[in-house]
Amino acid sequence: MKSFLIITRRSPYGTSYGKEALDAVLMASAFVPVSLLFLDDGVFQIKQHQDADCIEIKDYSPTFAVLEQYDVKNIYVSASSLQHRGLTEKDLVLDVEVISDARIANLLDTNAVVLSF
Amino acid sequence: MIFSLAVYGSPYTYQSSDSAYQFARELLNQGHEIYRIFFYHDGVYNANRLTIPPQDEINISSRWSSFAGENNIELVVCVASALRRGVLDDSESRRYEKDTHNIEQNFTLSGLGQLIDAGIVSDRLVTFGS
Repeated sequence: MKSFLIITRRSPYGTSYGKEALDAVLMASAFVPVSLLFLDDGVFQIKQHQDADCIEIKDYSPTFAVLEQYDVKNIYVSASSLQHRGLTEKDLVLDVEVISDARIANLLDTNAVVLSF
Repeated sequence: MIFSLAVYGSPYTYQSSDSAYQFARELLNQGHEIYRIFFYHDGVYNANRLTIPPQDEINISSRWSSFAGENNIELVVCVASALRRGVLDDSESRRYEKDTHNIEQNFTLSGLGQLIDAGIVSDRLVTFGS
């Protein structure tokens, strides 16, 4: 079975890429083993204490909590992306694995299909 | 080799759909097979048959349509992305009681599962972002 890696690289709300990447993860999980990587500004999607009410956009960060029920167990965050943005694991809504750039290169290498949003 | 393409960029704003078209055409020239072209995100606007570019510019949706018709290639538009952005076929238009539909010939609305399926079946899935 081919494995999929979905990379989400943009902040939430500014564009709908983050939301539509999450939809792709949920759909892929029904068919194939899928890993999710938060990279670059994508790390902001799982930052705690989001309040999107004041901009009248739906806060979809709670949806990340259901990923485990969809059998998406491999959820990674780039250590350097967090560090560059002054964030740590404690700022995140999800229990994730923080990984080095070398591990990211390895993920890109070992997954058959990579979808980047 | 079997290829599928994913197109995320809207026409006339981003070059991505032009690049995807040129890449697709060249794939066939070089003897490859295209399993599916999937339009997601703002890429769904590629399927809007009501676009009217100036006469000296390319009509992107009809160019896709002729390419697909001549080469028997599946053009699939993500239905959730399309409904949000007002790209409708006849049955969705009726379902939501709209006064018209606007999907170009040879495009079909379907689910995101078709993108995942394209990734499974194809040797290469190539993304054209915005």
